[in-house]
Amino acid sequence: MAEPLLSVERVSRRFGGLLAVDAASLSAPAGRITALIGPNGAGKTTLFAIISGFLKPSAGHIRYGGEDVTGEPAHRLARRGIARTFQIVQPFGGISVRDNILVGAYLRHAARADALGVAETVGREVGLGDLLDRPAHTLTVAGRKRLELARALATAPQLLLLDEVLAGLNPAEIRDIVPVIRALCARGIAVVMIEHVMQAVMSLSEHVFVLAEGRIIAEGSPAQVVADAGVVEAYLGRGAAARIGATHVH
Amino acid sequence: MKGPLLIAAVVAALASVPLFVHSNVVFNFLVVTLLIALTGQGWNIIGGYGGQYSFGHAAFFGTGAYVTAILQMRYGLNAWMGFVAGIAAGAAVGAIIGGLAFRAGLRSSYFALVTLAFAEVLRILASVAPITGAGVGILIKLDPRPQSFQFQSRAVFYLVILALVAASLAIAQMLQRSRFGAWLIAVRENEDAARALGVDATAVKLGAMVISAAITAAAGCFYAQYFLFVDAGIAYGPWISIEALLTPIIGGAGTVFGPLVGALAVKSLGEGAKLWTGDVPGLDLMIYGALLVIVVAFAPAGLVGTLANVRERAARRLRAPRKGRAEAARG
Repeated sequence: MAEPLLSVERVSRRFGGLLAVDAASLSAPAGRITALIGPNGAGKTTLFAIISGFLKPSAGHIRYGGEDVTGEPAHRLARRGIARTFQIVQPFGGISVRDNILVGAYLRHAARADALGVAETVGREVGLGDLLDRPAHTLTVAGRKRLELARALATAPQLLLLDEVLAGLNPAEIRDIVPVIRALCARGIAVVMIEHVMQAVMSLSEHVFVLAEGRIIAEGSPAQVVADAGVVEAYLGRGAAARIGATHVH
Repeated sequence: MKGPLLIAAVVAALASVPLFVHSNVVFNFLVVTLLIALTGQGWNIIGGYGGQYSFGHAAFFGTGAYVTAILQMRYGLNAWMGFVAGIAAGAAVGAIIGGLAFRAGLRSSYFALVTLAFAEVLRILASVAPITGAGVGILIKLDPRPQSFQFQSRAVFYLVILALVAASLAIAQMLQRSRFGAWLIAVRENEDAARALGVDATAVKLGAMVISAAITAAAGCFYAQYFLFVDAGIAYGPWISIEALLTPIIGGAGTVFGPLVGALAVKSLGEGAKLWTGDVPGLDLMIYGALLVIVVAFAPAGLVGTLANVRERAARRLRAPRKGRAEAARG
């Protein structure tokens, strides 16, 4: 297999006495959806913040497109093609949906007319076509998640980090947005998603990494990962796998 | 009417005032109002569009005023050259203060305090340094000829400051339509989200600070030429920092016409009250305070912003029936 677009090599991040991420390694190939799952507080969002340049790692390296990009600031990584969404949505509330997306589009298109064209196209693609002239703060949660996605897409990324874009959406809304994510991946974008909605993880991703207490404790296909005793214990507590195994025997 | 056309219309209307009015009192009032509008437009670039509330725009106003005055009186430079040098010096001070503050990652109230501190330091330095005339200040020699940027007629001064205000309106308008402006507004709305979209927040804020400082410095230069006197309290005093941020906030921060509308509103009320009550000292400050409270409480978008909101809401109500029931149901 060719070198993956992104590889995280034994990255650690310490906050004072807390080791939030502990020698975590993962990789993401282009055109695939890679999932990062793990219990609350496992360090998933911290790891995303490191990959996207919002935090510097205490140790380890990030390689992207064959280059070492460890410690580069967020805006420069965005120029290289790394886009992220935020778990807690961060719309530019005071301006319209169109202008929100426009900010992302300006990254690759300096001329206003070109950037507006991109913003319009991306807005329609994620299903915000009718709401483009609304102020962003009037959007519903589902709308804001779409807006996060649209802004990131407008920067024409090669690597897209999605931090719980499905959380807080109802099943119908999830059903609407899943094809959008799949289409991105078909376009050759490497998608890495943090997700709690396991149904979506199982159906979307081909490779799953499991983070618990800052360490990658398992990786593999979704089916392999959910069958892993270590993963079950990380979610449900020590000894849980054995107890579940025992109930099955009886 | 939109953008550039509206600017042209407003400027043309203001430019026609000398055709009808010949009173020096009126011109004096208009010149001071436009001077404050220009100062406020400077603040509006970094404060209104960039969301970085400076409490020390006196630093730029004063630098413009002093550099113009000093170059003329101490070094015999032509007044117009002094004007250009004053703007450049103001921009340089903006780059220094902005560079230090933004690189240190200062935001909101910390940024406000640091800018205030810089202006105060400059005020104190100017009140003791020999080159600024220390406590005495600097008088610019009366020489009412156009080549020395002094005019017999107040109407001409009025047209000059109007031209400067027109230029500042055009700058704000271009900013709004540009990539740089979109990035600046994004930084104001949410700095982290902007960085994630490839915006170099520090560079954008610094660029805005330099433009902002240059515009406010131009107002300082004009002040020196119009009043022919500068001292530390005038140039670097808190009064001008307050005027610089008050007028755009009242008029509508982050709008092209906010500073102009705010200056007209504030100055008209101030002068009106003075006429009515006789020259009560400090009355204008009380009016500013009251106005600020009213605006912040009831119209946080300022006069221009509130008007735009009302119009937008009315337009949406008109559109609603045509767009069908979905919209109404959602609203």
